[in-house]
Amino acid sequence: MKFKAMTAVAALLVAAPIMGMADEEAELVVNGEIEMVTKTEPPAHLEGALPEIMSGWRFRSDETQQTQMDDFDNPGMIFVDQAQAAWDTAEGSEGKSCASCHNEPASSMEGVRAVYPKWNEEAGEVRTLAMQINDCRENQMGAEPWKYTGNEMTAMEALISIESRGMPVNVAIDGPAQSVWEEGKEMYYTRYGQLELSCANCHEDNYGNMIRADHLSQGQINGFPVYRLKNAKLNGSHARFKGCVRDTRAETFKPGSPEFVALELYVASRGNGLSVEAPSVRN
Amino acid sequence: MAEGVTPRVKVPKKADAGEVITIKTLISHPMESGQRKDSDGNVIPQSIINRFTCEFNGENVIDIKMEPAMSTNPYFEFDAKVPEAGDFKFTWYDDDGSIYEEVKSVAVG
Repeated sequence: MKFKAMTAVAALLVAAPIMGMADEEAELVVNGEIEMVTKTEPPAHLEGALPEIMSGWRFRSDETQQTQMDDFDNPGMIFVDQAQAAWDTAEGSEGKSCASCHNEPASSMEGVRAVYPKWNEEAGEVRTLAMQINDCRENQMGAEPWKYTGNEMTAMEALISIESRGMPVNVAIDGPAQSVWEEGKEMYYTRYGQLELSCANCHEDNYGNMIRADHLSQGQINGFPVYRLKNAKLNGSHARFKGCVRDTRAETFKPGSPEFVALELYVASRGNGLSVEAPSVRN
Repeated sequence: MAEGVTPRVKVPKKADAGEVITIKTLISHPMESGQRKDSDGNVIPQSIINRFTCEFNGENVIDIKMEPAMSTNPYFEFDAKVPEAGDFKFTWYDDDGSIYEEVKSVAVG
């Protein structure tokens, strides 16, 4: 075990000069005031699988990094504005909006994003932020649920995430959530598809190396929902998971499925300690 | 009529006389090119912001003509000299005849 950890460190040292990150010591500060932790000690449960955990922000080019450093430049903030309008709009049979119960997100949603996915005692399940939003829509507002990875959903997740920016991700993996977390971990290390790739093959064994024309990150989801330059919209983590599983040439799980919920919990826990960045900017 | 159009402008509140400041502007707009078709195969008519201007105390600072190839949510960043205290007036002209305006004041000193 120890030997394996050492070779991993050696591989990282060799890989570092070709990582192509112009300024490796750059720190992420948003609007000149929110200081983000983009590199830190791994959580204990990783047991040395990674020497340190790094936000996807560190793997991007200078230009992309800078876009995230100012809310005016961050295109994801447009969707936050849209979600604020949705937050204040009454929908459904109960004639309620999000604001009817939760007032302003600034007062009610602080720290929420940092602890999701989270065990819901009443429902007896692990819930993602998106599941909780749809539960509110269906059962409190009497409205139609949103599509799990749809634009309304990712925008609302972004609006809620804003209130946790800069706080460390801190999802609970013990207690009732543990079995789901174990399931997610199992998935993370399971090879899928014709290419027989697990999440770990790319994001643990090869982060920093090139995958075609891009740098592999550690696959951290502290920045989700993320504004991607490639499709000019916010993307949820399950949409990203789906894309990754598809790229292994496997039949994918559905966004919002119990499998992806478990995977989200596990992947989020790998980033325990990194700052919530959402909405982040990536390519 | 394009929906959800919101102009945004970032201008420093204060500047020294004669200082060159950076202005950032963005208007959220779908910028429909007129080249796309809907699911029934009908052409979606063009609907873009075709012109953007900025004036300082009535004097023109920048005047931009836009064409359908412009991407959604057009963003402009430019520098302007502030000789005296006054107002920056920003105007976006929509294909549908709508005009969106925003005014930002800059103090000197």
